[in-house]
Amino acid sequence: MNVHEFQAKQLFGQFGVPVPRGREITSPEAGAAWAAELNTPVFVVKAQIHAGGRGKAGGVKITKDKAAVPGLVKELIGKTLVTHQTGPKGREVRRLLVEEGAAIAKELYVSLLVDRDSGWPVFIASTEGGMEIEIVAANTPEKIIREAIDPAVGFQSYNGRNIAFALGLPAIEPAVVNPFIQMLGNLYRLFMEKNAAMVEINPLVVTSDKKLIALDGKVSFDDNALFRHADVQQMRDLNEEDPLEIEAGENNLNYIKLDGNIGCMVNGAGLAMATMDVIKLAGSEPANFLDVGGGATKETVAAGFRILLKDPNVKGIFINIFGGIVRCERIAHGVIEAAKEVKINVPLVVRLQGTNADEGRKLLAESGLKLEVANDLWEAAQKIVKLTGKAA
Amino acid sequence: MSILVNKHTRVVVQGITGKEGSFHATQCKAYGTQVVAGVTPGKAGQEVEGIPVFNTVRDAVKKAQCDTSLIFVPPPFCADAILEAAEAGVKLIICITEGIPVNDMVKVKRALRGKDVRLIGPNCPGVITVDEAKIGIMPGFIHKKGVVGVVSRSGTLTYEAVHQLSTLGLGETTCVGIGGDPVNGTGFVDILALFEKDPETQAIVMIGEIGGDAEEKAAEFIKKNVKKPVVSFIAGITAPPGRRMGHAGAIISGGKGTATEKMKALEAAGVRVCSNPAELGATVKLALGR
Repeated sequence: MNVHEFQAKQLFGQFGVPVPRGREITSPEAGAAWAAELNTPVFVVKAQIHAGGRGKAGGVKITKDKAAVPGLVKELIGKTLVTHQTGPKGREVRRLLVEEGAAIAKELYVSLLVDRDSGWPVFIASTEGGMEIEIVAANTPEKIIREAIDPAVGFQSYNGRNIAFALGLPAIEPAVVNPFIQMLGNLYRLFMEKNAAMVEINPLVVTSDKKLIALDGKVSFDDNALFRHADVQQMRDLNEEDPLEIEAGENNLNYIKLDGNIGCMVNGAGLAMATMDVIKLAGSEPANFLDVGGGATKETVAAGFRILLKDPNVKGIFINIFGGIVRCERIAHGVIEAAKEVKINVPLVVRLQGTNADEGRKLLAESGLKLEVANDLWEAAQKIVKLTGKAA
Repeated sequence: MSILVNKHTRVVVQGITGKEGSFHATQCKAYGTQVVAGVTPGKAGQEVEGIPVFNTVRDAVKKAQCDTSLIFVPPPFCADAILEAAEAGVKLIICITEGIPVNDMVKVKRALRGKDVRLIGPNCPGVITVDEAKIGIMPGFIHKKGVVGVVSRSGTLTYEAVHQLSTLGLGETTCVGIGGDPVNGTGFVDILALFEKDPETQAIVMIGEIGGDAEEKAAEFIKKNVKKPVVSFIAGITAPPGRRMGHAGAIISGGKGTATEKMKALEAAGVRVCSNPAELGATVKLALGR
């Protein structure tokens, strides 16, 4: 789960990571009141959406004029930002962060995530703050510092010293070295205590008055650990999520919307991905990823149909089930029942394999439903691509 | 021969009185696996399909001499269950549970380091040695005794591959699901090493997916250490970056972990990479010259 910058900064504040004074703002009036209270030489008004590249898309405004703040708030609220991470449709801005500006002497980069290979949390740091870290890593890998933290003992001061000296921080600004090490420890504590998946500060700024400040902040959380953190759950912003994905989640389905036009419904995440890949190999594009899970029932199949059919791009549906514990004849019943409830007006190919597959296929063939039944994966993919080609 | 488990393996099922635990313990036993004990705290003295239940893994090991644990404990309590099994002296832990917090696994993995115990999973279908022991949730009947070792990050996609191998008459030795989580107990490399040493295994099927660099690490290892033919499929060539595709570990982040990169690395290591998963079985057949 992702959160907004202002929420990440609230968390930073709670854990002793220095941030600019700022507040979430949703109206020009609130913007005016907060600007008066903030009373700073430079005001920064930042659009809050779950996507990077806001600055380039015109989502960040800077002014020295307190009176200009409400106007900037009015300009940004309701605006649709298109960045390299939002897709071509862009994202509507519903909330802003209004905060004090900082006099930047140097921009650094710090993030923390779990290294999958070792299973240890790893800090990544660089003197090249303010840039996209992937680009830094690709062009100047020597400027990327990595420090793994032993989870048995947690962050130690020496970890912080290793990073600080490797960055050459004493030469940049000796006064911030100790605060920097302390800040890293606080970041580690936030990461572990809140079950974060990733914490990133880019840029982490050394100011001209020798202070350290997190000018931007990004935190994402481990979905599997949200049950432990009611405060984090409350930070979820449904406006930032696809409505069909929200509906799928409510039905315990794992759905991700894509841009193609063959809807697919599959049991198991790996097979669901493989099904998408096979659709592409057969010459079309998948409209979605949909894993109905191990315990697929009539209800889950019906919910799956409803969600797939709400996507106007869907020109055909491919159901691919490998029955293991799930029995194919039960899936077939599910499809037949669901098809009665949900009007399916696009071609449908059902591929059943595994436990009781013959029985399942027979049920479908005799159901009177307009659908094609297939035995194997490749045959099924070719069928649905051919059928949707005709439909289009 | 086979790897990891066989007809002598003695299994304790943790979480045996739960819905999943009792169902699958029964299925495993029916396949012929020696399921000799179950554990649910507070339910010692009960039986599940004739399998005695104990309060602790320590009791189960002492009284039923189990050497392998199969875990169905719900995610919030699962790290604890894995550590309990390791402490009780079990040598192999197979964890089926999906949805364990990553930071819990970080601590578990660190705690198991240096100990004489292997963890398979979590978030995996388990391990099966055909006609000897099924320790997991896979449908036993699709397997057929044969010559191919299978290792995979996925569940149903593995069944797909197994079905092809069985239908083509090649059959399998042992099939291992290493799981779809970002931090797991055992990676591809360890299992590849075991298959390479196993005299019965003549070819290996390795099924990977987007996210992380386990497949790249496997490619390096194969290049240096594996003489047997390896056939592979990597799921997720159509997966968009930055989205988690069902499995917690299946995500392309920062441009890393794409299917294309993984396929390239494997091909460079001499692995036969199928772009179409429907061709896995046929490709193995070809590789074995049958």
